Amino acid sequence: MKSRAVDTVVLVAGLLLAWQLLSLAVGANIVSPPGTTILRAVALLQTRSFWGHAADTGIAFGLACAIAIAGGILVGLWLGLRRIAGEVADPILGTFYSIPKITLYPIILLVFGLSLSAKVAFGVIHGIFPITIFTMNALRNVAPVYRRTARMLRLSSVSTVSTILVPAALPEIFTGIRIGLAVTLLGTLIAELFASTSGIGFALLRATDIHDVVDILALTMLLFAFAAIVNALLHLVERRLQHHG
Amino acid sequence: MHISRTAIARTALIVGFFLALEILCRLGVIDRITMIAPSEIVLALWRILASGRFNEDIAFTIWNTAAAIGLSIAGGFFIGALLHEVPRVRRTIEPLLSAYYAVPIFVFYPLLVVAFGIGRAALIAMGALFGVVAMVVNTMLGLDRVPRVIIKTAAIMKLGPWTSLVLVRLPAAAPHLVTGVKLAVAYSVIAIVAGEFILATAGMGKRIAFGYNDFDNPTMYGMLLLLLILVMIVNGALSAWEGRLHRRFGQQ
Amino acid sequence: MAETKPHISLREVTKVFPAVGNQPEVHALGPIDLDIARGEFFSVVGPSGCGKSTFLDLLAGLSSATQGSAAFNGTPLQGVVPDGVGAVFQQDASFAWLTVWDNVAFGLRRRGLSKSEIQRRVDHAVTFMGLAGFADAYPAQLSGGMRQRVCIARTLVLEPELLLLDEPFGSLDQQTRLLMGDELLRIWRETRATVVLITHSLDEAAMLSDRIGVMSARPGRFIEVVETGWPRDRDSRIVSDERFGAVTARLWTHLREESLRALGHTQIPS
Repeated sequence: MKSRAVDTVVLVAGLLLAWQLLSLAVGANIVSPPGTTILRAVALLQTRSFWGHAADTGIAFGLACAIAIAGGILVGLWLGLRRIAGEVADPILGTFYSIPKITLYPIILLVFGLSLSAKVAFGVIHGIFPITIFTMNALRNVAPVYRRTARMLRLSSVSTVSTILVPAALPEIFTGIRIGLAVTLLGTLIAELFASTSGIGFALLRATDIHDVVDILALTMLLFAFAAIVNALLHLVERRLQHHG
Repeated sequence: MHISRTAIARTALIVGFFLALEILCRLGVIDRITMIAPSEIVLALWRILASGRFNEDIAFTIWNTAAAIGLSIAGGFFIGALLHEVPRVRRTIEPLLSAYYAVPIFVFYPLLVVAFGIGRAALIAMGALFGVVAMVVNTMLGLDRVPRVIIKTAAIMKLGPWTSLVLVRLPAAAPHLVTGVKLAVAYSVIAIVAGEFILATAGMGKRIAFGYNDFDNPTMYGMLLLLLILVMIVNGALSAWEGRLHRRFGQQ
Repeated sequence: MAETKPHISLREVTKVFPAVGNQPEVHALGPIDLDIARGEFFSVVGPSGCGKSTFLDLLAGLSSATQGSAAFNGTPLQGVVPDGVGAVFQQDASFAWLTVWDNVAFGLRRRGLSKSEIQRRVDHAVTFMGLAGFADAYPAQLSGGMRQRVCIARTLVLEPELLLLDEPFGSLDQQTRLLMGDELLRIWRETRATVVLITHSLDEAAMLSDRIGVMSARPGRFIEVVETGWPRDRDSRIVSDERFGAVTARLWTHLREESLRALGHTQIPS
């Protein structure tokens, strides 16, 4: 346990060092050094405009997550439980998953215009596929002996699904959610690069336009911190689900 | 030839979907500003390819993607194999790797633009950065999954470490390596086309973005269709290869 | 002994799996004529793929006969799992997300019993199966043998009159198998259930059973039913009985032919 903590410290220190060296190498007007950046990040956290942007991104992200999770699990459950539907849908889902979602952006913009709905839609089309696919596979991968046991115990279909199949599939479903949330964030941010006048993505774009490198890096750093924290939390939950795995 | 029921159902589903789309567009239920009929899209693409108007842009995107994919695969493979040999370093870096795709790497875009300017270098760099870690992770995973008995066999045959790696362990890791290639391709394409959307200096992304801005749906949808077709061909080929390898190697 | 109706009765039972896609129709089982008496310990041995598991599925009500009649307690079996039947399978069916105690209690909760009654029965089953110290552990923390005990406990707590076991000890090592065999005999004696055991181990069948059905290669039919005549209070030490060798010899004589046939040998060397 102790060596893991040491490793993390070494990693962070190493990254900061690499950052500093990079800044020295290419010049502070391309990559601002860690010290300056961290100070700016702290300053940003105290401005109202930053939190305004963060709130906008947060709302869109939250809505997209909710829809992607609900939709993904419902469709995944249906496809996972009905064997034929699942078999028919599997290659179709796989193809959709591998299509670069950017090809759908213009269509979404045409349908939703420049609005919160467009941002949410971007997020959802990114996240819903891994969640659906993982849920579907999780249910299909439940050991057949569990279904036979359910029949021997004479459980109703609903009971079989709710008390045996879903608990058995839960760890894998959750992995799908973890991955889905990550790409939903990606989709939301990309949407803000194209289709918004607010949000962290938009703030990044504006900083790029005026070549404010320190702002770019500070915002990036804050985004990373946010994503890393969310990811770590989800990993914790996932590990708790896995202890019996 | 025996065609399964699921294949028939699937084909029916897809054909039905496009037919419905065509009808809805023709009837005006879906207005022309939002979308034009599938048949018109195909026609538009045909005209674009026949006239060769956008050949430069198409070539631009394809070359960028190829370069990014090449870098991702080569770099990712090399780094992955190296990390696999130094477990201590690997363990230290591992949290970074598993968090890599959880954070939007896209945010480095502004930086790359500032560094490389608005040109293909930034695009290729982004594509490579996006794809490389997928290759690293899958290379390590593939080498991990080489069954111990294979490694022992190589040792008994008195193969040195490099020979063992190249002749035995890498081929044994092939299924996972191909998965890595597939992911690297997917990520690189996303990064480059999205970049072309934003920067709009050249490439298929530019044509799509211009088409959108000018309300030129035939061009926009036509180019989108081309992109889709190219991606599906490459992905399909890689998936088929991946499937063959997984079958030959069995459950590992 | 008084004339009692057989617990299970099969008359000309046949099972055919219909053709699906590229796969042709499979005549898996039968015709089978068999009676199993209440409280009997009956084993089935046979070459791989002969239909032993299909046979068990029929008895469990998990599938129904294509032809012929199968009855449990006089009532026809029609592809529905009847009340009073329990099954333990070869694969580990313990629920990974529940503790041992919750696993065992699982089937009871749906029966509308009072909490104290559930507590009593589960505690009893857990102790009966030697799991007393592990009630709060999760299956992943237990060995394969322990996990099978959890599955058996979960089945026993429902007090089945018919206990079906499909190669339950298949994934365990030999010593554990022998001990589990003794366990099974103890369970059989104390619950007075009828036990039908599918096994590929001739020793196991010979040691545990009142009668052993030798199944032919596919389509599975009973070529012979061997009676052991063992006393009810037997255990694994029966292997040193002088008649034990005769029983296994008889089983192998029939089984060897069938196994070779199943492997595709048309000429059977004598």
